[in-house]
Amino acid sequence: MTQPKLQVKNCDLFYGDFQALKNIDLEIQEKEITAFIGPSGCGKSTLLKSLNRMNDLVEGCKITGEFTLDGVNIYKDMEITELRKRVGMVFQKPNLFPMSIYDNIAYGPRTHGIKKKAELDEIVETTLKQACVWDETKDRLKKSALGMSGGQQQRICIARALAVKPEVLLMDEPTSALDPISTIKIEELASELKKNYTIVIVTHNMQQATRISDKTAFFLHGEIVEFDDTHTIFSNPKEHKTLEYITGRFG
Amino acid sequence: MSVMSDKMRTYRSHPMSLVFNILTKIAVTLTIGIFVLIVGYVIIKGVPYLKPSLFSANYTSDNCSMLPAIANTFIMLLAALVIAAPLGIFCAVYLVEYAKKGNRFVRLIRLTTETLSGIPSIVYGLFGNMFFVLALNWKLSMLSGACTLAIMVLPLIIRSTEEALKSVDDSFREGSYGLGAGKLRTIFVIVLPPAISGILSGVILAMGRIFGETAALIYTAGTVAKYAGLSDSGRTLAIHMYSLSNEGLHMNEASATAVVLLVVVLLLNGLASLAAKKLSKGGN
Amino acid sequence: MIITDTENTAAKVLTKELHCGNKSGRILEKGMKALFFLCACVSVAAVVVICVFMFAKGCPAIAKIGVKEFLLGSDWSPRNVPASYGIFPMIVGSLYCTAGAIIIGVPIGLMTAVFMAKFCPKKLFKWLMPPINLLAGIPSIVYGFFGMVVVVPLIRNVFGGTGNSVLTVSIILGIMILPTIVGMSVSALQAVPDSYYEGAVALGATHERAVATVVFPAAKSGILASVILAVGRAIGETMAVIMIAGNSPIIPESMLDGVRTLTGNIVIEMSYAEGLHYDALIGTGVVLFVFILLLNLCFNLITGRKDKG
Repeated sequence: MTQPKLQVKNCDLFYGDFQALKNIDLEIQEKEITAFIGPSGCGKSTLLKSLNRMNDLVEGCKITGEFTLDGVNIYKDMEITELRKRVGMVFQKPNLFPMSIYDNIAYGPRTHGIKKKAELDEIVETTLKQACVWDETKDRLKKSALGMSGGQQQRICIARALAVKPEVLLMDEPTSALDPISTIKIEELASELKKNYTIVIVTHNMQQATRISDKTAFFLHGEIVEFDDTHTIFSNPKEHKTLEYITGRFG
Repeated sequence: MSVMSDKMRTYRSHPMSLVFNILTKIAVTLTIGIFVLIVGYVIIKGVPYLKPSLFSANYTSDNCSMLPAIANTFIMLLAALVIAAPLGIFCAVYLVEYAKKGNRFVRLIRLTTETLSGIPSIVYGLFGNMFFVLALNWKLSMLSGACTLAIMVLPLIIRSTEEALKSVDDSFREGSYGLGAGKLRTIFVIVLPPAISGILSGVILAMGRIFGETAALIYTAGTVAKYAGLSDSGRTLAIHMYSLSNEGLHMNEASATAVVLLVVVLLLNGLASLAAKKLSKGGN
Repeated sequence: MIITDTENTAAKVLTKELHCGNKSGRILEKGMKALFFLCACVSVAAVVVICVFMFAKGCPAIAKIGVKEFLLGSDWSPRNVPASYGIFPMIVGSLYCTAGAIIIGVPIGLMTAVFMAKFCPKKLFKWLMPPINLLAGIPSIVYGFFGMVVVVPLIRNVFGGTGNSVLTVSIILGIMILPTIVGMSVSALQAVPDSYYEGAVALGATHERAVATVVFPAAKSGILASVILAVGRAIGETMAVIMIAGNSPIIPESMLDGVRTLTGNIVIEMSYAEGLHYDALIGTGVVLFVFILLLNLCFNLITGRKDKG
């Protein structure tokens, strides 16, 4: 078996006195979509955020255990900005900055030192195309994106995340604020992106997990109850709790 | 009409409610009336005396020119803001973006800024006289005055900047960090631009305060009616007006000066609330 | 394709330094953090230095004159031989004027606030609130001037005397504290949950009764805080007061007598004071300063309790 893209060993996470994650072990393979499912407050978003250290922003958050990206410890041996460049993130609600679409996309590359206009133009165009919003945006790149629909905004957010050329894309319930049609577009986009990126997606929507993911992890009370191929999880789960959850008996 | 009679019926059985209602209306009429009276009186009384000689290049006791005082006021504004604006804005940046919420140091800073905003200007004047004029031996000078005023308006700028920064949605910060940007870049490129109108409103309010200030300046910047450099003593427009009306010989010129002072201060305050309004709109 | 660059120049400089976490970038991050921190310390330092200077200079002077003679002595004649430094008349003067301002300003201010917060149609609010806020922006020197040319003659003509009196000062200070009281009280009243009001109306109270007996008491800590802030404004006001107060250092016997306040004492004599006289003026400042600190303390206690509750 090849080395996993991301590996979590023995992770405990506390918010103050509250233990949000208990003894998590997880391997995420390259160029696959891994879905995290489970009821609210089960720790799936928390784990996702620790994969690019967004939890560092939360006060009183303490993490133990080992997180590695390509075998390198991300909490000890990697610059935080470097990590976040390689592990991009798409948030629950589209959070475009109050500037033009172009500047939004170019923000990341500029952050990491790209300043040539031609190069930036190129990045903006390719990433918007990759995220399937080029047609809607190409005539209004200089305008604010705030007038666009939620789905379009979210795809621009994905383009923005792609613009720094990440290897891994973390998606935190990216469709929970969107209508069904936009949701399908984002899902198609995720499946498309899988060819080049490793994707981890947190979702409340179990159909979504079955539609797009290769592996699924089921979380409950801060623990991973079961982690397997998506197909196995949804057709033939080993744990009783998983079965109860996916058949809608709680959560 | 039926609404009216309905109300009247209610008031007939509850006369105290009617009295209370009328009292509040009287109060509000008084408050607005006083504003209109003061502004109207000052303008009507002063405008006829706004003669060209009041804007002669140099001050003599005959022409009472306010031009040197106006020039000094601008220097004073500029100098005080150059000191206070970066200090205040950076302080707020530290409080909002770096400090942990509710830790002791933050509470200490909040307590001290509140204390500063409660200190009367005459106490600032006294302190400025003791510290800048005498202890640091800067003499009565524009610089002493500017430093005194800078401390005085500091809480104003800190508070408005803090509010403006807090109004910037956290998801912007997350988005920026998520793209691998550092704290500084996030602050300067993502957080400060949408907050700028709120910060501006604080700075403009500070300008208004500096423009109209007298008590803190008499014994720090002095009352010399000449064009002043930073190390010279010079009077600002507000002190100019005080000197004129205090001497009692130039009441007409004083009332003309009052017009200029009042109009500029009201304009500044109006601008500040416009800027603040723009912030609250941008936030939505 | 022309792309507008929204980034300001400072940010551009930073971009240059901030290539993904290189060394100079990290140093800049640390350095700027330290700079922000230092700026944050300035307000603390300012308060400390102000306190140190006021007390270090003022307290020895008070001790030298004698605490009792200074605070309770009713003779202020620094030019006599031997000089006498009793600021009791000024303390009383400040308290009289502040009390007068409160008696005039608080009822008008609170009633105005009630109207603005609860009775005022939204359309009207937009037009009435700006002038009230602008009252706070008018420089004290303009208030003083207005008092001098309008209120002083008015009092003189109606009540006799010189017109420079406790009453005149109280009226002008009462006007000056209006925006403080109205502004803060309006916010306090608006912050009261609608459910309180609805509960009262549902029990058959009139709109006015509900506001007066339920909403107003619920906002009382905010309203009290506004009054305390207003007391601070009134007691610390200087320029407007000296232009209309008469300024003789004698305890006023009636509302129509002239008065000298603590603030006036400082401004009037600073220009020629030397030696112990100068220090005694600082001492006057210390007394004023202590008043203000106490008021601040009250203010913090009240607003702090509100935040918790």
